[in-house]
Amino acid sequence: MCALCGVLGGDGHWTDAAPRPGIFTRNTGPVERRRERMARVAGANRILKAYGLSLADWQGASYVLSTATGKSELVDSLAHLWPLAEKLAGRPCDPLDPGLIERLSREAGDG
Amino acid sequence: MADVPAFTPVNLITGFLGSGKTTLLRRLLDDAALVDTAVLINEFGEIGLDHHLLGRIDETMVLLPSGCLCCTIRGELSAAIRDLHERRERGEVPPFRRLAIESTGLADPFPILSTVQADPVLRHHFRWGNVVTTVDAVNGRAQFERRRESTKQAAVADRLVLTKTDLADAAEIEALIECLRRLNPSAPLVRLAEGPFSADSLLAHDLFAAATRADAARHLFVDAETNDGHGAGVHAFALSLDGVVDWTGFGLWLTMLLNRHGEKVLRVKGMLNVAGSDAPVAVHGVQHLVHPPVHMMGWPDDDRRSRLVFIVDGLEKEAVDRSLRAFLGRA
Repeated sequence: MCALCGVLGGDGHWTDAAPRPGIFTRNTGPVERRRERMARVAGANRILKAYGLSLADWQGASYVLSTATGKSELVDSLAHLWPLAEKLAGRPCDPLDPGLIERLSREAGDG
Repeated sequence: MADVPAFTPVNLITGFLGSGKTTLLRRLLDDAALVDTAVLINEFGEIGLDHHLLGRIDETMVLLPSGCLCCTIRGELSAAIRDLHERRERGEVPPFRRLAIESTGLADPFPILSTVQADPVLRHHFRWGNVVTTVDAVNGRAQFERRRESTKQAAVADRLVLTKTDLADAAEIEALIECLRRLNPSAPLVRLAEGPFSADSLLAHDLFAAATRADAARHLFVDAETNDGHGAGVHAFALSLDGVVDWTGFGLWLTMLLNRHGEKVLRVKGMLNVAGSDAPVAVHGVQHLVHPPVHMMGWPDDDRRSRLVFIVDGLEKEAVDRSLRAFLGRA
């Protein structure tokens, strides 16, 4: 069940689309799915660091989003990551924020 | 049920009050190519005017009894589509291969579109096809200025149908077309009053169908790059990226952007050169809703740049471009 919407059967988010002809997805098998989840956690943490948050995989089925002091929320998919991140951070998570863009650009330059 | 597609395409026919939706629908239903199309119309007010004007009413038509479609979306629209689906499964209605929904003139298209994808039953049997928006050539520009609904309806269209061009003067039509090209540069434009048109080209050639046609990508981004991305209010702009795009990073960026600015992103359409994929991946979203990404057959030409077209309400191209590049490590 989707934790936010209360809808049975998951939310079928576009980043986790069910495999079928004509659809692009990395949700095609256990290895591919696991690899994508690891990349997603790493990518999300690069952004979430700016808000004092971190994301971890939970049993290959969900994610756990945590603050530095250990306050946590279970996250179903990317659709729910950002509203919960804003809730835990107590401020908007805006990808157009010049401060965030500056930080990500600097890190990319350093990396 | 061999004749029924695994995912029945759903077309939304929208447009402001009096813009000619029912006239268009009647013309479409007269077309032999659409004989397998079921129709849901929204009865607005007590008179049910749309219902009485419609030439063809058969048993595959379900009238939605209440007022505005968008207020009853999670209940009545999904129930009406489920009912049609179940009756088709039981053989009580002909095995329709397409569903067309005519919305009310005041309806925001977003909650109607979201119902098919959000409903846990419907999303396994139906998928979105083209959104067709009618625009009144006489009153269209005035409506865009006064009514935000009408601007949104034009912005989310995959096909724009100009109506009443026989009643408007040439200068007004030209000004309206210029306005539409700014709002929605890539949607093909059809003039309803001027002779025959292909129902198939309006409803059938959608983005998902493009997965089966190698040449389809060529037609996705017509004229989009002619816009400069400046200006207040609703406008379109195009972004392009060299090299391959990290799919995971793109997903994180777009979900974050739509979470914070989904109301302002009326529409996003893109063709991405995704790392690890030989063919382009098409993404297509309306406000907070993104359709499942389509794996296309091939590139239309030698240009391998990723391209994204945004139709936004008040967002600046520069800010979106800078953000995307920073998230993908391209700054």
